[in-house]
Amino acid sequence: MTPTATAVTDQHLRRDLVAAATMVAQTVVASSANSVDREARFPQEAVDALRKQRLLGAMIPRAFGGGGASLAEVGLIIELLAAQCASTAMIYAMHQIQVACLVNHGTTPELHDYLRLVAGNELLLASATTEIGVGGDVRTSLCSLDETANGYSLTKEAGVISYGNYADGILATARRNSSAANSDQVIVAIPARDYELEPRGTWDTLGFRGTCSLGFLLQAHVDAGCVIPASYAEVSSRTMLPISHITWAHVWLGIAEGAMIKARASLRISARKTPGETPPGALRVAEALTILHQFRSLVHGAVRDYEAALQSPNSLDSMGFAIQMNNLKLSSSTLVVDVVSRALNICGIAGYREDSPFSLGRALRDAHGAALMVNNDRIYKTTAQMLLIAKDV
Amino acid sequence: MTIDRIRALVLEQGRLSNSDVADSDDLYRAGLTSHASVNLMLALEDEFDIEFPESYLRRSTFASIAAIHEAIGEITGDLSVAK
Repeated sequence: MTPTATAVTDQHLRRDLVAAATMVAQTVVASSANSVDREARFPQEAVDALRKQRLLGAMIPRAFGGGGASLAEVGLIIELLAAQCASTAMIYAMHQIQVACLVNHGTTPELHDYLRLVAGNELLLASATTEIGVGGDVRTSLCSLDETANGYSLTKEAGVISYGNYADGILATARRNSSAANSDQVIVAIPARDYELEPRGTWDTLGFRGTCSLGFLLQAHVDAGCVIPASYAEVSSRTMLPISHITWAHVWLGIAEGAMIKARASLRISARKTPGETPPGALRVAEALTILHQFRSLVHGAVRDYEAALQSPNSLDSMGFAIQMNNLKLSSSTLVVDVVSRALNICGIAGYREDSPFSLGRALRDAHGAALMVNNDRIYKTTAQMLLIAKDV
Repeated sequence: MTIDRIRALVLEQGRLSNSDVADSDDLYRAGLTSHASVNLMLALEDEFDIEFPESYLRRSTFASIAAIHEAIGEITGDLSVAK
């Protein structure tokens, strides 16, 4: 097969992934969203549908049995899901962050095998990076890898493991060994058969209720080959941090797009009732759309910037890039509330109602989570400190 | 000696969990956090009356006392510092 033909085939496959995501989003994700939110339950049927369409492994390279999709394509899939159900989209996004860490840094033969397994069985991966007692600083660990006869043991009081009860594997951070500094962290992949989770507390929140982000006591056996060889500092700056901010921003963009779709549909109904007269909401729609387009340019531009930075790994490690990714989070988490609030204003009482097709209560509650998951003030503080030394504007 | 002044600042600002570091030891492994590294950079700029250009603001520049020494040598153009 010529390279050109391969490229064409790849393109077809990837277009199929986005088409499949559109179908899943408009059917099972849309129909389950309200009950997932109301009952604060894991969107099992939505994740099953994503799995059936082989969308969980979309971003894994085809050489490992995945879909070979780009970050931009996965971003589009996240947007489509988020327009219907932010919880499903966030779970999908968080899974892709773990996948990206394995794809970019899982260089051992054991991790290659695991990636093939994740792709082949469409496994769902969760993350245990937060820990009780470190004040929310994911770049600090108290727990450590403790050597055993056949690898390591790990015991971690994880403050949050989103959808921990429903995952097939977990990526967890820990100190390299029991004498390592708190900041000397590694990240390990642990298949479900090698860990036990003891739930801590409940997850009954204003929004993102379906992510089931409980705390857990994680007790695990870790295979020596399942420790990512690069330091967590490197995995974090090159992959976990930028991919997190980029995929989360797509979730929030999708929420905003979903809200604007409702606002515009609502406006069209008003317009049909008063032919020949532009309804007052039309100006508000035009205004809100300028914000949404600004938002979309910001998020899609970040994907292109990340892909450009990948060409020179040095720039991924730079302070300037870290500041840029922080700013993506700060801006997009604020823009989502702005756009959804405008959409609510346009839909009026129909948007305020919980029993109307234009209901925006769930979107507004989900939108307010954006500034709180990794609190914006924490990010501002980190950026402010870097700006004491960074020079570029 | 420049390298001794650097070492003094690393120990003063770095909040290392292990202060017994050789010139080539990885400071991040010794407990240097990104928070402490910014304070270290500010102290180095003050001590050597320099400004780290944007291209030097990356983890690898501050990964060891030797790496900092080399960077300062490059910035000041002082070959005796840069070796």
